[in-house]
Amino acid sequence: MLRDYDLAFETYGTLNADKSNAVLVCHALNASHHVAAVYEDQPDEHGWWDNMVGSGKPVDTDRFFVIGVNNLGSCFGSTGPTTMNPETGKRWGADFPLVTVEDWVDSQARLLDQLGVTTLAAVIGGSLGGMQAMSWAIRYPQRIRHALVIAAAPNLSAQNIAFNEVARQAIMSDSAFHNGAFADYNTVPKDGLTVARMIGHITYISDDQMESKFGRGLREGLKFSFAPEFQIESYLRYQGEKFSEYYDANTYLRVTKALDYFDPARQFEGDLSRAFAGITARMLVISFTTDWRFSPARSREIVKALLDADRDVTYAEVNAPHGHDAFLLDDRQYHAIVRGYLRGISTGAAT
Amino acid sequence: MITRADFDIITQWVPPKSRVLDLGCGDGSLIRYLTDEKQVRGYGIENDDQSLLKCIGNRVSVIQTNLEAGMKEIADHSFDVVILSQTLQAIKHTEAVVADMLRVGREAIVTFPNFGYWKHRLQIGLAGKMPVSDDLPYQWYDTPNVHLFTINDFESFCRNRGYRINNRRVLAGNGEATFLPNLTGTLALYKISAQ
Repeated sequence: MLRDYDLAFETYGTLNADKSNAVLVCHALNASHHVAAVYEDQPDEHGWWDNMVGSGKPVDTDRFFVIGVNNLGSCFGSTGPTTMNPETGKRWGADFPLVTVEDWVDSQARLLDQLGVTTLAAVIGGSLGGMQAMSWAIRYPQRIRHALVIAAAPNLSAQNIAFNEVARQAIMSDSAFHNGAFADYNTVPKDGLTVARMIGHITYISDDQMESKFGRGLREGLKFSFAPEFQIESYLRYQGEKFSEYYDANTYLRVTKALDYFDPARQFEGDLSRAFAGITARMLVISFTTDWRFSPARSREIVKALLDADRDVTYAEVNAPHGHDAFLLDDRQYHAIVRGYLRGISTGAAT
Repeated sequence: MITRADFDIITQWVPPKSRVLDLGCGDGSLIRYLTDEKQVRGYGIENDDQSLLKCIGNRVSVIQTNLEAGMKEIADHSFDVVILSQTLQAIKHTEAVVADMLRVGREAIVTFPNFGYWKHRLQIGLAGKMPVSDDLPYQWYDTPNVHLFTINDFESFCRNRGYRINNRRVLAGNGEATFLPNLTGTLALYKISAQ
């Protein structure tokens, strides 16, 4: 158990006088509190949602006070497997507890208490971030006026869990993993993390997009070897290796578990509409036609459950070629939807 | 295409604070109007990207889906009123859609251009051409309308299916067509329910 914890966060824009313009942005698997803009000393490190959040952008920081939080158990400044356990004087590593989407949402709520923000104008998230937005609407109906649930699902399918399990096995079977205590051996399970990310990446892109981007293209002709010959092979290896250099293996294991566990309908015999019965926020659900990780059908389950529960919901199905990754990309219709929706949100006396 | 006159009649027919579904809601202006005038809890169904953005701009809750597939996902009797405004003539499975409206809603409001309007009859009968008018503004080759029908057709359709007509108003231009409505009316509005 954790006795206390730190959360790394960033804010953009200004909290208005009646504190009615706060927007929380929840991140997905591997992102962080660094949502938008750049740091003075790192002019190339743009926030992970810099195309969406900023001055004059769909989530307009001229109007909204935007908060980005690094989730508990992650590895970008919040307490997690890579931080020190004060009781042992060593890194938490494998001893760090499993955290759930609900834990994240509860810890975000405590951060807002510290910031003096009672009510959020909106919670916004894509993918796993969308699950947090959904969980916010369920757990804190009195504290949230709108939830934007983008490219998400009401729970993971067997196929989703299967991909996560293969990724975890890749990490855990790496000889450098040492049952999660790899920091004690001054090593990291780099190969396992690389493969885990390669598997994940396949599910983020649509078949068509992969075909049009790489096809059967070769790097330098066929060599009849196991070196990367096809462009898709070198692309996946590049993405995987890049990831393995900055992401923590114990964090990856825990975040994928949090995904697997998320299932708000579970305590209602699988009836999602009962899980949604207490929601008072207006909900905007967005899916992307070529997303096969969290397909439009999964978003429509959310919409149907909200309609059945007589909750307020708007649903947009964006025709985008990019697959699951579309939620991070600059699609004209998608951004117009978010921009238009947020324009309709009142931010108290100031507007 | 929606005139204020048919807005006003629909507004009269919709109970205050009821739960309303508008099929093919366009820019959402009818739901916006009903929300402002009657405090309804309204949703639109609309498939078009541009119309969806307009709905969102009008702060109207809208579900982006194909009308016929979308309705199938909605529970029985979960709406007080289901509206299909000037769209029935453009739908392929007319019977199924009206049946689904009355499954989802306690009542249905259907409005449509009256093909039996005398100017339409003249264009067919004398000029020998498919009618083009303010309410039927398309040429035969570019029209979205696949089922053109008259007031008399619709009433016999309701009779055959056992649907009860709870209300009927027929408009002609800016006024109401009270005399020989199937001949003088351009736009018909019906409120129906299952028996």
